[in-house]
Amino acid sequence: MPEQLLFAAEVTLNGLMAGVMYSLVALGFVLIFKASGIFNYAQGVMALFAALTLVGIQDGQIPFSHLINTIFGTEMHDFGWHVPAFLAILLALGVMILFAIVVEKFILKHLVNQPPIILFMATIGLAYFMEGFGDLMWGSDIKKLDVGLPQGISGVIDETTFDWFGYGFFIDRLDIAATIVAAILVSVLVLFSQYTKQGRAMRAVADDHQAALSVGISLRFIWVLVWSIAGFVALVAGIMWGTKSGVQFSLSLIALKALPVLMLGGFTSIPGAIVGGLIVGVGEKLFEFAIGPMIGGATENWFAYMLALLFLVFRPQGLFGEKIIERV
Amino acid sequence: MSLDEGYTTPDGRKIGAVVMEMKNITLRFGGVVAIENISFDIRQGEIRAIIGPNGAGKSSMLNVINGFYHPQEGEIWYKGAQRQAMKPHAIARQGIARTFQNIALFNGMSTLDNIMTGRLTHMKSSLLMQAIWKGPAEREESEQREKVEKIIDFLEIQSIRKTPVGRLPYGLQKRVELARALAAEPTLLLLDEPMAGMNVEEKEDMSRFILDVNDEFGTTIALIEHDMGVVMDISDRVVVMDYGKKIGDGTPEEVINNQEVIDAYLGVAHD
Amino acid sequence: MLYREAGDYKTTYTEDSQTFPIKLDRIGYYSVLIIAFLVVPFVINDYWANAVLVPFLIYAIAVLGLNILVGYCGQLSLGTGGFMAVGAYACYKLMTGFPDLNIFFCVILAGFVTAAVGMLFGLPSLRIKGFYLAVATLAAQFFLVWLFNKVPWFYNYSASGQISSPERTLGGIAITGPHTEAWAKYLFCLVFVFLLAWLARNLTRGNLGRSWMAIRDMDIAAEIIGVNPLKAKLTAFGVSSFFIGVAGALFFAVYLGAAEVGEAFGIQKSFLILFMVIIGGLGSIFGSFAGAAFLVLLPVLLKNVLVGGLGWQTDIAAHLEFVIVGGLIITFLILEPHGLAQLWRIIKEKLRLWPFPH
Repeated sequence: MPEQLLFAAEVTLNGLMAGVMYSLVALGFVLIFKASGIFNYAQGVMALFAALTLVGIQDGQIPFSHLINTIFGTEMHDFGWHVPAFLAILLALGVMILFAIVVEKFILKHLVNQPPIILFMATIGLAYFMEGFGDLMWGSDIKKLDVGLPQGISGVIDETTFDWFGYGFFIDRLDIAATIVAAILVSVLVLFSQYTKQGRAMRAVADDHQAALSVGISLRFIWVLVWSIAGFVALVAGIMWGTKSGVQFSLSLIALKALPVLMLGGFTSIPGAIVGGLIVGVGEKLFEFAIGPMIGGATENWFAYMLALLFLVFRPQGLFGEKIIERV
Repeated sequence: MSLDEGYTTPDGRKIGAVVMEMKNITLRFGGVVAIENISFDIRQGEIRAIIGPNGAGKSSMLNVINGFYHPQEGEIWYKGAQRQAMKPHAIARQGIARTFQNIALFNGMSTLDNIMTGRLTHMKSSLLMQAIWKGPAEREESEQREKVEKIIDFLEIQSIRKTPVGRLPYGLQKRVELARALAAEPTLLLLDEPMAGMNVEEKEDMSRFILDVNDEFGTTIALIEHDMGVVMDISDRVVVMDYGKKIGDGTPEEVINNQEVIDAYLGVAHD
Repeated sequence: MLYREAGDYKTTYTEDSQTFPIKLDRIGYYSVLIIAFLVVPFVINDYWANAVLVPFLIYAIAVLGLNILVGYCGQLSLGTGGFMAVGAYACYKLMTGFPDLNIFFCVILAGFVTAAVGMLFGLPSLRIKGFYLAVATLAAQFFLVWLFNKVPWFYNYSASGQISSPERTLGGIAITGPHTEAWAKYLFCLVFVFLLAWLARNLTRGNLGRSWMAIRDMDIAAEIIGVNPLKAKLTAFGVSSFFIGVAGALFFAVYLGAAEVGEAFGIQKSFLILFMVIIGGLGSIFGSFAGAAFLVLLPVLLKNVLVGGLGWQTDIAAHLEFVIVGGLIITFLILEPHGLAQLWRIIKEKLRLWPFPH
């Protein structure tokens, strides 16, 4: 195979795996949007907050130590213990569920029946709040996250591809792990929503709030459930991205990466989120590879958006959305 | 009724020539046929009712008339010329105004502003003139306000002029919607269930307004209504639709004695 | 019973639709104008100009612009930072390309350039609605910032990639550059604020404003009664971007003096302006000023109290600011979606009846 094509193949593979990560974040958006009609801008910050919490618990940090020290002049930083990864993940999940309950009680409950745009802006406010809150709670320095996921170049793939093509593909083992985890997570979510009572209730609420209420489904319970699941998805995404590039503010920006994915796939479609994520992942890597060098590089910042924008102009309902028939 | 020049109603009103003619209209949404091969006409100055059970395609027909839906087959003739497919706002400028089945007022605006939007098609000041405001734009605004005030007087809604429409009771909202449509000084006024959800007294008021509009401004009116009593009282001719097809067309008396119409309303099984 | 309308009769429609129908409001408005134009310039110092007044004035222009688009026309945009960058870079290119061109016209022309760019990015709004559009405007945000970062022509091939505003004068008085005095910056911005607020009021009171609001409240019905959605949306994008472009030009040329695009006009700026709109009040001109004032003053106040007063570290104060601003946004949306402007209206209603309860 010619060398250029091999490069492109490697880029495509890496793009696919980046795409899986995007899908993962997009999935969190879709879940909340389907169940509550809320476009949750805070999804990215939730991933950051979840990762911060996980690291904080693992390292035995004292929450708000910085703030407490400043106010009371004390000098305390950590409890001095180290929590095993598995237990820490469970505890972090507990925090995310607690967070879901708080969000429902203090925000969602009071914004029922508001126009979607107001709810959207409320989640931008929530994102700001959580960003500051997370930093106050755990400090804003860059942290290393390690829950024992494999990392570094995959030797097997490198050698195999070298044997086949005379050129070794560089694939990060973490990306492979992330792909597997994402695939499992999606399957579990689909099974959950198809085959459990709560899952069916969730889909009923997504279809029609009023009708769901009238058959006795508790809207508030469903909201807490959905936000908890979204918190769980955020935790998984936070672990993956945090392991990859450290837990820091930029982690919250993955939300911005997931938005064009949603535009492509449609806000209500789980398969849309997955396919959209893969398209964006591969598209932006290939575009940067082929066109990027000619126009100054760093095109990943906007490529996905432009792609989604152009796509939507021709197909406003997204990839998997149904054609909209407007009524008066 | 075959005279091209029109006819005279029993109460002595002169009805003119055909102003709008629908020829073999068919409208489909994917595989669903909403309107199937329907033809009928509307004459200058008449009150034309469209009736039929729920889901018969009546609202879709109004949507076709004002260009919100584009039929797959058929021709629409308006004021003697065949109408090309065009956007609803362009059709509004040709003198077709309407009200909606589910009230479609602009909730963030006052009654006055809502009715003023009805005058949009008559206002000409450019962006620049409006930016400066003093001079032509302000003058135009006052002139148009005067016309709107006449309609406000006509429909007796002076006291709610500055009230945000969202706060008004249902009956008044319906009236404001009628005012907004009238403000456009339309040739053809489409009313989609103007009396739905009203009590007897409100219905009487609304019937009186519709007759007065027709009488004083000579406005041609096409309306959808479920209350057969009202339809019998105020309309000159009636089209009956069922499952997207036309099953009757004529004066109220003719229609009410039509066997097919009676079947549709009393629910004879379709086979 | 000091604040009342009784006895204040209107005899023409023009009088009835004036901006301040109540006499006391008119007096208040003129007093604010007199103080702003004739008193403040004589007492202003560098700290007040740079920390509070000049940013307030410039943000007020941007908030007015965004409010026209979001509050009046109902089209949510997250690209404000990118459009401010267009204004800033257009102004920079005009200032350096035509050194003799009056700075006043540079700013105005920068506004027109931004209006054109805004209308271009507004085109998709004809097909895309709601969130989809909001996300689409992010395309403008990221693309424009990238463009100004990567294409050296825009920053005149400077080594740092920054743009810095050369000294320009108006009637012999420096308006931009390092030697500008506080009062000159302030007054220059104030003139723009006054003109643009007047323009915004005029554009929103007539048929253009009504067609924007009709699109906002119910777009399908609006089109059926004769509003041309293409025209309404594109004029909203154009006018809004003009305001935002002027704000961007002033922000760079008069306030910052030197700017790096990602830092000065990043997505955070888009959100800041949007927050000002929400807190101030969607669809309100007074609210635009209130929102800008609130979010300019809040950090200054927090910093003075926490860092200056209590001696906290700046980063903790900054985090707390995030928490407070985010919390306030949510609180406002829950308690009063129409923002400070609505609170002000309620207070006035109460005042009208005071001291009688009903």
